[in-house]
Amino acid sequence: MNKFDLIIVGAGSVGVPTALACAEAGLKALVLDRRPSPGQGENKHAIGGIRATHSDPAKILVCHRSLEIFSTWQDLHGDDIEWQRGGYVFPVYREEEERLLKTFLPEQKKFGLNIDFVDPQTIASVVPGINPDGLRGGTVSPDDGSASPLLAVNAFYRRAVRLGVEFRFNVQVQQILREKGAVQGVRTSAGRFSAPVVVDAAGADSRELSAALGCDIAVTPESHEAGISEPVQMFCPAMVVDLRPAPGSRNYYFYQNRHGQVVFCITPEPPLVGHDYRETSGFLPQVCARMVDLMPRLKNLRVRRVWRGLYPMTADGVPLVGWNRDASGLLHAVGMCGQGFMLGPGLGELLARMITGASTADDRVVLAGFSLYRDLTCGMEALK
Amino acid sequence: MSDQRITRHPVLEIPAREEVTFTFNGRPLRGVAGEMIASALIAAGIHIFGHHPRDHSPQGIFCANGQCSQCLVMADGLPVKACMTPLAAGMRVERIEGLPRIPEDDRPLPGAEIPVHEVPVLIIGAGPAGLTAAIELGKRGVETLLVDDKDRLGGKLVLQTHKFFGSVEDSYAGTRGFEIAERLAAEIEQLPSVAVWLGSTAVGVFSDRVVGIVRGNRYCRIRPQKLMVATGAREKMLSFPGNTLPGVYGAGAFQTLVNRDLVRSAERVLVVGGGNVGLIAAYHAVQAGIRVAALIEALPEVGGYRVHADKLTRLGVPIFTRHTIVAAHGQDHVVSATTARLDEKWRIVPGTEKTWEVDTVLVAVGLAEVNEFILKARDFGMQVFSAGDAQEIAEASAAMFTGRIEGLKIAASLGLAVGEIPEDWYRKAEVLKSRPGRIRQASPPPAQEGVFPVFHCIQEVPCNPCTSACPIGAIHTENDTITGLPYREEEKGCTGCLNCVAICPGLAITLVDYRKDPDHPLVTLPWEIRRETVEAGHTVAVTDREGALLGHYAVQRVRVKKEHPRTLLVQVRLPAELAKRAAGIQAPEPAIDPLEVYQQQPPPDEAVICRCERITAGEIRAAIRSGVRDMNQLKALTRTGMGACGSKTCRPLVWRIFQEEGIDLKEVTDRVDRPLFVEVPMGAFAGIDRRRDHE
Repeated sequence: MNKFDLIIVGAGSVGVPTALACAEAGLKALVLDRRPSPGQGENKHAIGGIRATHSDPAKILVCHRSLEIFSTWQDLHGDDIEWQRGGYVFPVYREEEERLLKTFLPEQKKFGLNIDFVDPQTIASVVPGINPDGLRGGTVSPDDGSASPLLAVNAFYRRAVRLGVEFRFNVQVQQILREKGAVQGVRTSAGRFSAPVVVDAAGADSRELSAALGCDIAVTPESHEAGISEPVQMFCPAMVVDLRPAPGSRNYYFYQNRHGQVVFCITPEPPLVGHDYRETSGFLPQVCARMVDLMPRLKNLRVRRVWRGLYPMTADGVPLVGWNRDASGLLHAVGMCGQGFMLGPGLGELLARMITGASTADDRVVLAGFSLYRDLTCGMEALK
Repeated sequence: MSDQRITRHPVLEIPAREEVTFTFNGRPLRGVAGEMIASALIAAGIHIFGHHPRDHSPQGIFCANGQCSQCLVMADGLPVKACMTPLAAGMRVERIEGLPRIPEDDRPLPGAEIPVHEVPVLIIGAGPAGLTAAIELGKRGVETLLVDDKDRLGGKLVLQTHKFFGSVEDSYAGTRGFEIAERLAAEIEQLPSVAVWLGSTAVGVFSDRVVGIVRGNRYCRIRPQKLMVATGAREKMLSFPGNTLPGVYGAGAFQTLVNRDLVRSAERVLVVGGGNVGLIAAYHAVQAGIRVAALIEALPEVGGYRVHADKLTRLGVPIFTRHTIVAAHGQDHVVSATTARLDEKWRIVPGTEKTWEVDTVLVAVGLAEVNEFILKARDFGMQVFSAGDAQEIAEASAAMFTGRIEGLKIAASLGLAVGEIPEDWYRKAEVLKSRPGRIRQASPPPAQEGVFPVFHCIQEVPCNPCTSACPIGAIHTENDTITGLPYREEEKGCTGCLNCVAICPGLAITLVDYRKDPDHPLVTLPWEIRRETVEAGHTVAVTDREGALLGHYAVQRVRVKKEHPRTLLVQVRLPAELAKRAAGIQAPEPAIDPLEVYQQQPPPDEAVICRCERITAGEIRAAIRSGVRDMNQLKALTRTGMGACGSKTCRPLVWRIFQEEGIDLKEVTDRVDRPLFVEVPMGAFAGIDRRRDHE
């Protein structure tokens, strides 16, 4: 039987939890991915941070639910996805960042988020050994945390399979099929599959997927490099985000995962646009100089491995989620801008509600914020 | 100093050692300045360097080659690989129990930019291939940077105490490996255009066509016009219960400890694998005064050169073909190991299990190319060359040839007029790579008078130094090919000079002299084990080629040729009927008997596949049975290959489990490899010089 209630293109950070949520809502879902197993696109390149403390209300709402799902997963379903409530810390050394972070606090608190701007001593207690020279304080949000993207996507996948979702890997989706403007299914390297709804969760590939329909989904991949250290005894489970720009880079961030390994990533400036997964020799000198400057004891921590992944970017740093007006039944959930892992579970449930016609008032707030048809020229989200 | 140091060796000279004191877990110990921490610990009888964070199992030396991270210790507060970190006076060495701590050293230190340096040629690896390539380039004045992670030139040549095969004029046949390394190093020194960086590890080849190199504590970025990868090989591993116990390690690791660092790392060993590496390691063990309980080989015949196997048999080392290892046993260290016979389908024959009382299992089941740099460099469109084992696993003599060939190719690619690379070189390189050929029944010369050599060489291998050694040119190989068996041109006679006996790497030539006493001819037998056992007047056990005892005879005289001072030429008088059969002398110690028969085969699910993360065969099997067909997903789910070594050891083992599970390997996606090759402190990337930091 090649007929389904919906077909999801992409078995990654968004596609897999969406399939799970749809199965829980009683829908029969098929997930297609050109790669050989779940999470082999950008999911496995993600470092694992999960926070609700964004500046954008739509992201706050979605990630708030994601945090609930990640943090209760093991209790509810048994698999350890290495969740840890390590918190997020944005240390501040300059007036600009202090002002910026303080601007968001009222909105963040309105959503009930546990976040405050604290003094340097408090920052130093969360980030032991942080360079005190010029430290003005910073925000701490202890309820945020991290989990393993690799384990989480596989845990979602296993449960989705148990609930009847069909996954097909090594399958290339060639075309979204339409009849009279309505989606009929997809044509793939493994044949045709029919469904009245197609969810585009193709991440960095979504622009190519939709191009054949004549619609331009404005998602542009940008390369970021990341790395992981040897495991050492726990000293900093908090995600530390340094927002300051430096020559060649904007912010960078790191935390120590449950194994004791420090995972880190940096945002290049100017952005490196394209599908380049190849490691560069400049990444480690660039990121290590900044990390060691912020936290001198890291000089003795040994880097184990590096990799490069893609941030599927939109013009304003906010995802594109919603029904396609020109192809009825085509639902886009793309342009996660490097936050697909933390948005995925909350977004999956929202998408399932959209498909079953059960959207809530909060969903409408989110969808307004993530609209495909919003004005994308307003500039980048401040806390991206 | 502890008695685990080798103080006498038949081949190696024991250098003067500068003693230093250091502490291990607070206990004061003495070691040798500049030796690797691992060797200092083993010399002090310490084999457990820490316990793994996942299963708290003991860890110790494994690769002794800087690749695996099993030997991690804390040295002066920092986690380091004990096999790659030199011992310094006053060093505080500690076991790592679980996860190491990074010191709370919060002083900000100034960093530095890491600029990119351009060089015409970069050679990674200064073993036989890298050295010969550098020599060819250096002779032509090509600016060449030669880097190696060890503290001296030569790569694995440094560990080789046996005489090399091949031919005298082309590949130093008859010369010992470490001496070849010294000669090549001396040649390099004469070449001003070759810069050598020792203690410098290549950690990655990057898409900006830069090779990242950690030199001491500094990170360097080198962009070569031509990259030569001569990184050699790494040892393959087996999965069996107990395989992570300290005391299970590679034959190469063993040679490093014993031959390079002169540490007696074992008392009694079981060698698994009858290729040249295993055979030679067993021989080196005997030379170092370590007993070899047995050597086992799964195939019906040993894979290495027959002369190497015969040398061992004559020393009384039992060789069991069609045997495998079942398990190693012990709490904190190997105390015994079980072997079993295999049937035609490689299944263990029940009831054939034998347990050997050994403290060490040397695994020598083959080598795998260290090829990650080549693959990345090709991906990134660099002009990359490779030679030696990194190109194709073969003998070091072949590596010296492929190094020369590739060196010339690089020179040519830089526009130098090097002329045609001699066709002969390619041919010789191929010949030297050739697998040992068929076994032929040797028939000794019929004569019962005069003096002549007897060749106990019955297998076609690329080797002919005896032909060069004969002063009257009487020794030839069949068809004059290097792989042909040797024979003597009888019309030319024999001077009885013993050169051929002394040079033969296989110790497979004897000299029989009937001139004084035709009924009791004087037979000269080569000997490289404990010298004191063969002094004149001593009685030695003389054996035939395969080790069968011919009788005990008194040593008449011990001679030495000055070109080969470490091969003793032991002369005994034998009855005429035995003289031509005599091929060697048995080792003075008897072999060990099997302890007892193990009835039960331990469940193989418990065998560790990924040593770094301590992931067992059972865990991997469960994942495969749940449908995993992507090594990347396997890694995500189980952490297999996620550890320090980056799947260098476990990858082939994982492939095998897929196969054993009946999975068509075409369905399985290989893992994506990423740098770094070894772990490097962030401070090095930040341009902080830790040495300066210590001052």
